[in-house]
Amino acid sequence: MHIVVPIKQTPDTTAVLTVDASGRISWGDAPLIVNPWDEFAIEESLRLKEKFGGKVTVITLGPESAKEALKQAVAMGCDEAILLHDPAFEGSDAVVTATILAAAIRKLGAVDLVFMGKESVDGNSAQVPPALARRLGWPLLAYVGKIREIDPAGRTIVVERILEEGRQVVRAPLPAVLSAMQMNEPRYPSFMGIRKAARMQIPVWTAVDLGLAPEQVGAAASAARWPVVFAPPKQEVQCEFIQGESPEEIARLLVDRLLAEKVL
Amino acid sequence: MSHVWVWLEQFQGKIPSIVWETMGVARRLADVLGTGVTAVWIGGAIANQAEEAIAMGADIVQVVEHPALADFRFEPYLAVMTHLAKEGTPQAILIGSTARGRELAGGLAAELGTATLVDALEVSIEDGRIVVIRPIYEGKLFARTYVERSPAIVTIRGRAFPKPDPDPGRKGEIRRVSIELDPLAFPTEVLEWIQETEGEISLNEARIVVGGGRGVGGPEGFEPLRELARALGAALGATRAVVDAGWIPYKYQVGQTGKTISPDLYIACGISGAIQHLSGLRGVKVIVAINKDPEAPIFKVARYGVVDDLFKIVPALTAELRRRGLAKG
Ligand SMILES: Cc1cc2nc3c(=O)[nH]c(=O)nc-3n(C[C@H](O)[C@H](O)[C@H](O)COP(=O)(O)OP(=O)(O)OC[C@H]3O[C@@H](n4cnc5c(N)ncnc54)[C@H](O)[C@@H]3O)c2cc1C
Ligand SMILES: Nc1ncnc2c1ncn2[C@@H]1O[C@H](COP(=O)(O)O)[C@@H](O)[C@H]1O
Repeated sequence: MHIVVPIKQTPDTTAVLTVDASGRISWGDAPLIVNPWDEFAIEESLRLKEKFGGKVTVITLGPESAKEALKQAVAMGCDEAILLHDPAFEGSDAVVTATILAAAIRKLGAVDLVFMGKESVDGNSAQVPPALARRLGWPLLAYVGKIREIDPAGRTIVVERILEEGRQVVRAPLPAVLSAMQMNEPRYPSFMGIRKAARMQIPVWTAVDLGLAPEQVGAAASAARWPVVFAPPKQEVQCEFIQGESPEEIARLLVDRLLAEKVL
Repeated sequence: MSHVWVWLEQFQGKIPSIVWETMGVARRLADVLGTGVTAVWIGGAIANQAEEAIAMGADIVQVVEHPALADFRFEPYLAVMTHLAKEGTPQAILIGSTARGRELAGGLAAELGTATLVDALEVSIEDGRIVVIRPIYEGKLFARTYVERSPAIVTIRGRAFPKPDPDPGRKGEIRRVSIELDPLAFPTEVLEWIQETEGEISLNEARIVVGGGRGVGGPEGFEPLRELARALGAALGATRAVVDAGWIPYKYQVGQTGKTISPDLYIACGISGAIQHLSGLRGVKVIVAINKDPEAPIFKVARYGVVDDLFKIVPALTAELRRRGLAKG
């Protein structure tokens, strides 16, 4: 099986973010990481490779420095990595990102599965997976909590999707696009993996390599606009500590407060 | 002028509250723009949902019934929605920000060559354009966004807007639309449903949530929390630490890799308040923290704090609610 995992490099989720007057977002010296949801997709893909054979290719659309995220994935055990980078890609929204990823996946040839994260922890949109499924014309299985079975010969997959009311069990033909919920414990990079990643020359594909015209990519092609980013109004909560002689008294005082707040 | 559309998401014929909250937003936008609201109902068979939608604010309800549409599946639902949108040229399509809603929105944006604004917390009209404020970076920042093309696709965050009161006297038009659907064109198949929320209050819709963390000590430690939740008519929530420990299933997990919740009241019991847990509490009005450690970070975001053993405080709280006749169950 050939599995492709599109990953995104994001700021660490514990980073403190600031926005300056010109709207530039900064995360200080907090490290950049592989989007945590994508780690679930990487781990699950590596398990499928271990079971069925084949290879796992990671791709990312991002700046030159996003190679670090690809190396992290290779160190975990992914076989190949490709960076999609071109100044023309800058400002691509979710749909255009999907267009670029789709072109790269087609260029890779025979692919059985695309495994993504549920959403990115910076954009928080969960829009690239459905858009990519449409651009490829493959079935979408989003919010996967478990892979029940894969039949590589019959070319079908059965998964459990986690929705609000419970789990929807769905069968789809391969190739398909999946997005991962928290479905495993992602492994740490191995020593061998880190050595392999350090030596790896990561190919960079540009718009021309993907057969995409400048007007098909980047800000020009994107319909979403977000001119203003700002820090949310600080909700200064002063914690009032409830004290009392006994649990009963504390409970009584607390219920009084909650009634006054009209939240009971 | 072209209408503002709302997708009537349903599960087994029942329309969740988030759809009506979305309808309220659509109604307000349509009134400002001087246009109407079209609701779209897609499913196996319709009962009285169209009348319900009119009472909640729709002017037109487009109804598409087909056996192939009984269960939500991305591809056929998207095909129907795309077909309708191409014929009807909506100016915006509003969708509840649920799992299905977000998939459908992403597919529509791709098919219609436009964009989605996800998880709207505020929606307004500026210069005739729909402008949305949405959280990014797990709610650490907000973005003011709009869509350059038409239709704008907007998903509405649950419990961020009020649910309108139904007006049974409202008049509207129900239009049945028949669409040729080749079932073979949609090869995904729903094999079964494992319903996990039966008889439980869902975390997404709950007004009150009782959350438990590692401080509960083990699977049986959730019992006093369940008692309290029953008394409050609340949903139960949990941290990843206890889910990973296998004390409670994943569906209860709140936080960055779990659910995002916005109840009026969140009672955090034995929870330290890690940033990844807090990012799931974006819209909570009042947080109460019960923790033995006065230095626990949860107290930095809590409105009320109790520094004590949760096994003393939680049962006392349940008893106090019962004593005052405030307990529901
Ligand atoms: C990528 C990533 C994603 C994550 N996603 C999530 C997520 O979605 N949700 C989530 O919750 N976490 C998530 N985490 C984990 C998060 O970082 C914390 O590890 C986790 O939230 C801690 O859970 P806890 O508060 O239950 O445990 P702890 O941090 O161990 O806290 C237990 C608390 O209980 C108190 N306590 C102990 N006994 C008692 C008692 N008898 N009475 C009162 N108080 C008591 C202690 O003082 C302590 O403060 C994620 C982490 C990463 C790296
Ligand atoms: N720039 C990107 N490069 C590669 N994959 C991406 C990129 N952006 C998003 N993705 C994938 O799409 C998923 C959902 O991201 P999003 O739609 O941005 O919330 C992520 O978990 C990744 O798998």
